[in-house]
Amino acid sequence: MTNQNTAQIMDTVRVFGATRLVSPASGCAPRGDSGRKVHTLTHLEVLESEAIHILREVAAECRDPALLFSGGKDSIVLLRLAEKAFRPGRFPFPLLHIDTGHNFPEVIAFRDYRAQQLGERLIVRSVEESIRRGQAVVRPGESRNAAQSVTLLDAIAEFGFDACIGGARRDEEKARAKERIFSFRDEFGQWDPRNQRPELWSLYNTQVRPGENIRVFPLSNWTELDVWQYIAREDLEVPSIYFAHRREVIRRNGALVPVSHLVGPRDGEKVETASVRFRTVGDMTCTCPVASTATTVSDIIVETAVSRITERGATRIDDQTSDASMELRKRAGYF
Amino acid sequence: MSTIERMDFAHGELLRFITCGSVDDGKSTLIGRLLHDSKSVFEDQLSAVARATERRGLPGIDLSLLTDGLQAEREQGITIDVAYRYFATPRRKFIIADTPGHEQYTRNMVTGASTASLAVILIDARKGMLIQSRRHAYIASLLGIPHLVVAVNKMDLVAYSKDVFDEIRDAFSEFAARLGLRDVTYIPISALQGDMVVERGANLPWYGGPTLLSTLETIAVDHDIHLGDFRFPVQWVIRPGPGDARDFRGYAGRIESGAVAVGDEIAVLPSATRTRIKHIVTHDGNLEQARAPQSVTLRLADEIDASRGDMIVSAQAAPRVAKEFDAILCWLGEQPLDLRRNYLLKQGTRIARATVAGIRYRVDVNTLELQSDVVALTMNDVGQAGIRVQQPLALDSYARNRATGSFIMIDEATHNTVGAGMVL
Repeated sequence: MTNQNTAQIMDTVRVFGATRLVSPASGCAPRGDSGRKVHTLTHLEVLESEAIHILREVAAECRDPALLFSGGKDSIVLLRLAEKAFRPGRFPFPLLHIDTGHNFPEVIAFRDYRAQQLGERLIVRSVEESIRRGQAVVRPGESRNAAQSVTLLDAIAEFGFDACIGGARRDEEKARAKERIFSFRDEFGQWDPRNQRPELWSLYNTQVRPGENIRVFPLSNWTELDVWQYIAREDLEVPSIYFAHRREVIRRNGALVPVSHLVGPRDGEKVETASVRFRTVGDMTCTCPVASTATTVSDIIVETAVSRITERGATRIDDQTSDASMELRKRAGYF
Repeated sequence: MSTIERMDFAHGELLRFITCGSVDDGKSTLIGRLLHDSKSVFEDQLSAVARATERRGLPGIDLSLLTDGLQAEREQGITIDVAYRYFATPRRKFIIADTPGHEQYTRNMVTGASTASLAVILIDARKGMLIQSRRHAYIASLLGIPHLVVAVNKMDLVAYSKDVFDEIRDAFSEFAARLGLRDVTYIPISALQGDMVVERGANLPWYGGPTLLSTLETIAVDHDIHLGDFRFPVQWVIRPGPGDARDFRGYAGRIESGAVAVGDEIAVLPSATRTRIKHIVTHDGNLEQARAPQSVTLRLADEIDASRGDMIVSAQAAPRVAKEFDAILCWLGEQPLDLRRNYLLKQGTRIARATVAGIRYRVDVNTLELQSDVVALTMNDVGQAGIRVQQPLALDSYARNRATGSFIMIDEATHNTVGAGMVL
């Protein structure tokens, strides 16, 4: 059925051209005799406007927000949306990165480059530091995803952030599908899925007490494909490891595990060099690339449109452990 | 044209819809079918569902498990809340608000319905129109959802009988007419067998109308917000300060309805100061005109001291400004509405202290009977109430404008969202 699906989706891709009705460059209604001719915005324009609206609500109603920026594609999109929301003014919040110490060097370099290019303040807090202080405990060989929550909660306490803006999307995972755009966390950073505030219209409830915190997800309604289409539309730079490159990998449990100073072959495993790209760029020890020859954003969009595996299914070892891994992590304060 | 150009502006529009069904109406199967047949399901999701189906000792693939939720829900065999699902076809991108059918239903459906342009109401062909079908239709009309689709499901279990379908359609039409619902489409389907969902199937030759998906793909969206009067709640004032943009003062927000052009005469409410639009600014350059739901920054011809919470509106068609008004109130809080207490009320971008001055009546959402002599609204209650706010609000009736006629109420003590209101 894979081949059949692929063929049908390729048909879909070809049909796309025929459905475009207006010039994308103008982004504006064609002026008729009345000058007010009605035309509906494209889905990307609607999603963009919704996200800008959300960012402005956070800025206006929260006392001390921060925007989580990792150098990954979703947070790159968030930064462009923040430019659209607040320029020619400055961002009304700093950028915050929780560095696991296991990040890909290309991504860290890109993070610093982009923050400097925007002229906005970047705060980095490290999981290594939390481990050194004994606040976070990670067993050898384990990913640092869970420990990230500890460092994040510390950073929130240190700076008194009452809102953290993140790039998570509801299409990523079923726990996310049920999370609000403005997601309330108690003083322990916990998400209680059974006790969420109803979210109606675009009227977001941002009320918190000191010590409590809201996580805000302006990309809630975006899919992986929307993100890449937006990156293409906005001509955004992304770290090089999103594009196909030659890399040493090990085939393990159906995944391509990248070889690094942290991960090497086990007994009987063979290291091979393959053409791969990353769909997400998280912790080096648990983020796997997919086989790919996509060297441009346009190639990635085509691959994403025909992909038959979810972003997390393809790339995250940690979410394969249990059906409910993400839900459990979120309840412990994870993004 | 390169591939990227063709794909970038691929989906013409975005349609948000809600699915309403009672337990066992086959709602999960229907959503699973839509996602599966429109090729929006990934292989790893499908194999997880296949494994889960096998664990339950069932044959094949149970599509209803595709929308299976959280661990907490599986343990208790319930569905907690509103979940959002996404799929796309070459014509449109869709956001489904999937709401469960247990006793908190009114609260969940009101939440999901508040952003929906269309509601799919599922009716089990074997059971016909039930009390909950009427409740679904009532809430859809209350929340001003412009389009309704009645999907008569499980047609395979009534031998695909045209008579059964016709009977349900007639019963529903009569009720819909009473509610003033004008745009209702009736479709016989079998979510389990896939008839008339994405594919037509071979079992319903007597039905000549569109499939469910084709209805979702072609129904007109967002005409109401385009045709409405210009409304622009100010979210944020952009004043960059030192630097080359020193003189810049712009009002940032989203156009909630209507359109605006440079030179238009506008009023800033509640002060009612009038001026003209000087520039429509975006990060991608200035525009001559803009329309809902675009987010833009407006610069005005005169120095006016507007701030967050104010609303910039068409000078020719301004909303009323009031501190007292009547509204339909849906109570969402676990604690009943208390007439002696203050609440926070958020409308547009304004938060004001509010009290409920009195409850005119409560609606029995199952029978639509109006009950007067009511002293409180409890969770899932719907009623008409008089609202008093400390600061004047710029208000349209909800029937005219979903964005400027809606508000939420927040409990000052718990900070929970406890009420959803629609201005009359």
